[in-house]
Amino acid sequence: MRRLNLRVHHAYAELKVMTANTSPAAQNPLVEFHDVTLGYGDVTVLRNITAQLGPGQVVALMGGSGSGKTTLLRAATGQITAQKGLIRVFGHDMSQLQGEELRAIRQRMGVLFQQGALFTDLNVFENVAFPLREHTRVSEEQVLERVLETLDAVGLRTAAHLAVSEISGGMARRVALARAIVLEPELILYDEPFAGLDPISLGITARLIRDMTNRLHCASILITHDVQESFAIADYVYMVGQGRMIAHGTPEQLSASNDPYVRQFLDGAPDGPIAFRYPDSPRFDEWLARRKGRS
Amino acid sequence: MNIFARSIASLGSQVRTAIMGLGAFTRLLFALLGRSGTALSRFGLVSQQIHFIGNHSLLIISVSGLFVGFVLGLQGYYTLSRYGSEQALGLLVALSLTRELGPVVTALLFAGRAGTSLTAEIGLMKAGEQIAAMEVMAVDPLRRVLVPRFWGGVIAMPILATVFSMVGVIGGWVVGVVMIGVDPGIFWSQMQDGVDVFNDVLNGVIKSVVFGIAVTMIALYCGWTSRPTPEGVARATTRTVVISSLVVLGLDFVLTALMFGN
Amino acid sequence: MTREKTDFWVGLFVLLGAVALVFLALRAGNLSSFSLAPTYQVQAYFDNIGGLKVRSPVRSSGVVVGRVSSIGFDNTRFQAVATLDIESKYEFPVDTSASILTSGLLGDQYIGLTPGGDDKNLDDGQEIIYTQSAVVLEELISKFLYSSASQGGSGSDE
Repeated sequence: MRRLNLRVHHAYAELKVMTANTSPAAQNPLVEFHDVTLGYGDVTVLRNITAQLGPGQVVALMGGSGSGKTTLLRAATGQITAQKGLIRVFGHDMSQLQGEELRAIRQRMGVLFQQGALFTDLNVFENVAFPLREHTRVSEEQVLERVLETLDAVGLRTAAHLAVSEISGGMARRVALARAIVLEPELILYDEPFAGLDPISLGITARLIRDMTNRLHCASILITHDVQESFAIADYVYMVGQGRMIAHGTPEQLSASNDPYVRQFLDGAPDGPIAFRYPDSPRFDEWLARRKGRS
Repeated sequence: MNIFARSIASLGSQVRTAIMGLGAFTRLLFALLGRSGTALSRFGLVSQQIHFIGNHSLLIISVSGLFVGFVLGLQGYYTLSRYGSEQALGLLVALSLTRELGPVVTALLFAGRAGTSLTAEIGLMKAGEQIAAMEVMAVDPLRRVLVPRFWGGVIAMPILATVFSMVGVIGGWVVGVVMIGVDPGIFWSQMQDGVDVFNDVLNGVIKSVVFGIAVTMIALYCGWTSRPTPEGVARATTRTVVISSLVVLGLDFVLTALMFGN
Repeated sequence: MTREKTDFWVGLFVLLGAVALVFLALRAGNLSSFSLAPTYQVQAYFDNIGGLKVRSPVRSSGVVVGRVSSIGFDNTRFQAVATLDIESKYEFPVDTSASILTSGLLGDQYIGLTPGGDDKNLDDGQEIIYTQSAVVLEELISKFLYSSASQGGSGSDE
């Protein structure tokens, strides 16, 4: 039963932009979810989700495996539409957007996928240059300058010539981050940015995320279940589980919460609202009866 | 009775799935054709694909063509000499290649080499979320990934088939004239007398264009609809080869009947 | 691979394809026998066109002097009509005869022109009066049987 100690991450706390109002309601929100229900076909994954975030904020979206975090990300990018409720990005209703308009909105956001999703047929430089080449008409010198600058921000300027197969997983994530920010988006979404990284890369990644948000004054959504790193850099946290929004608040507020689910999650307890044991089902009973019948 | 009914039902659902697949295939084909303006405006992408698909297949096509030419020369000579018609060897080799073997064998080899690599590449891109990444980057993956590969394959196939036929004719010449000793003048003149540019050579080229469209499209479709797992990609590449081969042979029959029938 | 290198190899590839096509067309096919020389057209009517095809050669003394450009059926004369493109440098008298011959025993059929002796030459659009239809094997056999039967018959009469 360990309680989170924020003082250990004092260094990162320095980087946090302390807005007067710590809840993300305030100025023009970039992303808004109003009582949204999300699902695939008949299956409902999440319901009654209300959340928002504004520029300059890092918001962490947390929850256990299969809690629907990636579904929320897909809803924000417009890959799936809400079954109920309203999703607004940059002030536009996502369910009304099609084709060109959707494409225009997507150009203003950057997405970092879990495994980087770098294009394997291009090298590091070409990967980061890809959005520039596809969406802008800048000259080759400008592309070179901009890409190297962006790679420098993630510390990989001299790796520009490498092929995707030649770089490690952590480096690939950083290249993917560079690719996501090269067009200076107003919103960046990170899908599990800390998953599977060594401690050094973890620290680097967290720092980069906070840095970028401050520099570009964009909004960042972190989909993660890494409590330590995300609490260190997040301004606000939304926690989902069991198909709904369980809790939300600043990292300090959540650490002090008494909700059993929040407690189980933050403390990493094996048993609690999320049961350790897989629930019983008629199919299992049948199967067991058949097996016992054989012996 | 229950088993009987169930097997009919499963056959019915398999047929239904196949027809739905055919519908999805046609939809993808028209989607690619509709976006083909990109192929012109960004010809660099197409050119790259011609390189990967065409240039890299050149070796296997040339070597196969040479060996097929050798065999045609040899077998042709044995069979023709029974009827005292060795003089027609050049004609036999050239007609077999330009009309049938050039387009068909090239298409089968193409399906095995280029088709499978296209399928695997697209399938792995899907599995590694590269396609999803492109979509959220507001880049149409059909335009950026599929259209250049489609036109690359359609352009590369006829060139490969023609090279196959040429190398095959030379191979037949090597065996017939150089090794066996058929008179070179008769070899070439009989060939030139009998091979008609429009009926034989051009029809062969048309066949290879049709095969190119079919094989490339099948490879792209199988990759595009593969399940994003290693087994899914493996199964998709097998499907590409099997379906391409059957379609090529079937189309060959139809085209031959149309072109060379009276 | 850089853009320029790719372009070079692709260009080479396409060039190779073009070379192969030209090779097949000229060395293997009969394109070299296509001449772009000017031609004039004459018509010839036959009772039986046999296996004559469009672009079949028109020969005189064994040399190709032209090609068959079209074959049709004349509904008023109930005969097959072949239109011949003859190279302008070869002129034939108006009483030239055209026969459908076979190269070899079972080969392709062609039109053979045997010149007559008239002073006037055939002009564009004129008709060759003297024609000999293709030999149909069944008619040849029945003719042979008939003549041998009539010989045998007249023999027994005596």
